[in-house]
Amino acid sequence: MTEAQTLPDTDTTTEALAELGQHIAQRLGDAVLGQEIAFGELTLTVAATRIVQVAGFLKSDPTCAFSTLVDITAADWPGRAERFEVIYHFLSMYRNHRIRVKAGVADGTILPSIIEVHPSANWFEREIFDMFGIAFSGHPDLRRLLTDYGFRGHPMRKDFPTTGHVEVRYDEVQKRVVYEPVSLVQEYRQFDFMSPWEGAKYILPGDEKNDAGKAQA
Amino acid sequence: MDGDLRRNTYDDHSTDFETGEQKIRNFNINFGPQHPAAHGVLRLVLELDGEIVERVDPHIGLLHRGTEKLMETRTYLQNLPYLDRLDYVAPMNQEHAWCMAIEKLTGTEVPRRASLIRVLYSEIGRLLNHLLNVTTQAMDVGALTPPLWGFKAREELMVFYERASGARLHAAYFRPGGVHQDLPPELIDDIEKWTEGFPELLDDIELLLTENRIFKQRNVDIGVVTEDDIQKWGFSGVMVRGSGLAWDLRRAQPYECYDEFDFRIPVGKNGDCYDRYLVRLAEMRESNKIMKQACEKLREPSAQTDVLARGKITPPTRGDMKTSMEALIHHFKLYTEGFHVPAGEVYAAVEAPKGEFGVYMIADGTNRPYRAKLRAPGFPHLQAMDYICRGHQLADISAILGSLDIVFGEVDR
Repeated sequence: MTEAQTLPDTDTTTEALAELGQHIAQRLGDAVLGQEIAFGELTLTVAATRIVQVAGFLKSDPTCAFSTLVDITAADWPGRAERFEVIYHFLSMYRNHRIRVKAGVADGTILPSIIEVHPSANWFEREIFDMFGIAFSGHPDLRRLLTDYGFRGHPMRKDFPTTGHVEVRYDEVQKRVVYEPVSLVQEYRQFDFMSPWEGAKYILPGDEKNDAGKAQA
Repeated sequence: MDGDLRRNTYDDHSTDFETGEQKIRNFNINFGPQHPAAHGVLRLVLELDGEIVERVDPHIGLLHRGTEKLMETRTYLQNLPYLDRLDYVAPMNQEHAWCMAIEKLTGTEVPRRASLIRVLYSEIGRLLNHLLNVTTQAMDVGALTPPLWGFKAREELMVFYERASGARLHAAYFRPGGVHQDLPPELIDDIEKWTEGFPELLDDIELLLTENRIFKQRNVDIGVVTEDDIQKWGFSGVMVRGSGLAWDLRRAQPYECYDEFDFRIPVGKNGDCYDRYLVRLAEMRESNKIMKQACEKLREPSAQTDVLARGKITPPTRGDMKTSMEALIHHFKLYTEGFHVPAGEVYAAVEAPKGEFGVYMIADGTNRPYRAKLRAPGFPHLQAMDYICRGHQLADISAILGSLDIVFGEVDR
């Protein structure tokens, strides 16, 4: 076993990240829609249709050298016009820095797969397809990954209940595992911690009377 | 049937001429999910040409518990124990990433003593993991003694877990802002005493395995990973270091107080299963060194601080609760409502024993994370099974699987 060479120190100062962001924005032009630096991390917002070009550039450009795809994930924002946000994390082991790239995707829109640039995107994209229902074009094998065989729905969407829709049990009569709709013996315990003194947005029981009174007056 | 040869018929009703050889077809078999060498609940669909593996299709998700979904409906503190249940072989290393993400968002400074305790227990976690992996990998290729020796040492380490947190496995010991309880001085003495004797066990394991003919025949030149593969498949941890790249987050992007410690980063040369085994053994010696230093540092006067950054995100001391009404209210609110984390998003990563374990968190200013993504190192490693195993013998599958160091708690989440 040998001790190996030293790496460049990681530089997470705002100046260094801003410089990097500027360099990328300059080279990629209108593919980059915005950038932000927070907590020593650089975040780029890019056009969803150009994601392959962006990933390719980040990988091949010597200043960036983001050769490792760390993670792809998504977030569901039901209120937004572009409902989903697909988030890519890249790492450069050579330049020792990280970057986050985000792309907004509307429900039903197909995103290009970056599997050509990073083969490791395969399972990450399959997981997103499974969990959020975002499809990827150019993916060779877009099957469900984590959920059960024959599962329906996309669990990580905000409108999917935490309890799910089906439950399984072993049926003594049929001698096999059967699927049944979830039956809760007790209401799912979802506590609300918004303090009414701090301007809760929801309507407390009885509030509607007040509004009705106002309307009449 | 799958893999059968196609029978072509032509216009003149003739068929292809068949020789005896053409009747041979590829064979599909299921490896797991209940196979002792599948390291949990992995189902591999293997396509074999004789003994040679042509295609590997891992079916995962048999241990999927929806951790990320559950996290969205629970407070930050309630979510902490879920992290233990990811890679249950080294639980505290995962908690560390979770705490670091919250601390980054809230701007909390961890007191020095807590920081040292975190380093100490992260290294214990590394030993727990590597002891399990090295020895069970040996078991996968036929040796039975190493696991017995390794598990004895693991048991002793788990007792240290228990003495610090009250639990052998699912510790929930690292908390946002520090660690839950201080260590008693006797425990520090005992850990230090243990580190004195541990290299002897490593010598013994090395004596059993390193020059063992069967072990070498099963591991040398099996599952070779090149520098290019590392980049392509998103590897981290030992999978990178086994191929000669000195990439270790503890050194490259130092967190906690790792920059104060004197340790070396062992790297391999050939990137095969055998080199990864050697790297893990060498890493255990380094971890042992770090533990020794941490014990010494914990006794220094500068380390005699509190173990929690007392504030909104941590509970008050028991003493305060007995005398101060505000402290009592704070305690009640903290454990029912939880603390609020300012809106923002953050990615925090630690060098877990298996590689880079990261937590990506989107906070929306409430007491619950809007979205939490757990980036497990085993996920991309397992994904590359197909790539690494192609052209290997069927028997090599278990050797490669062993050296990838997969735990299903973190792959399936």
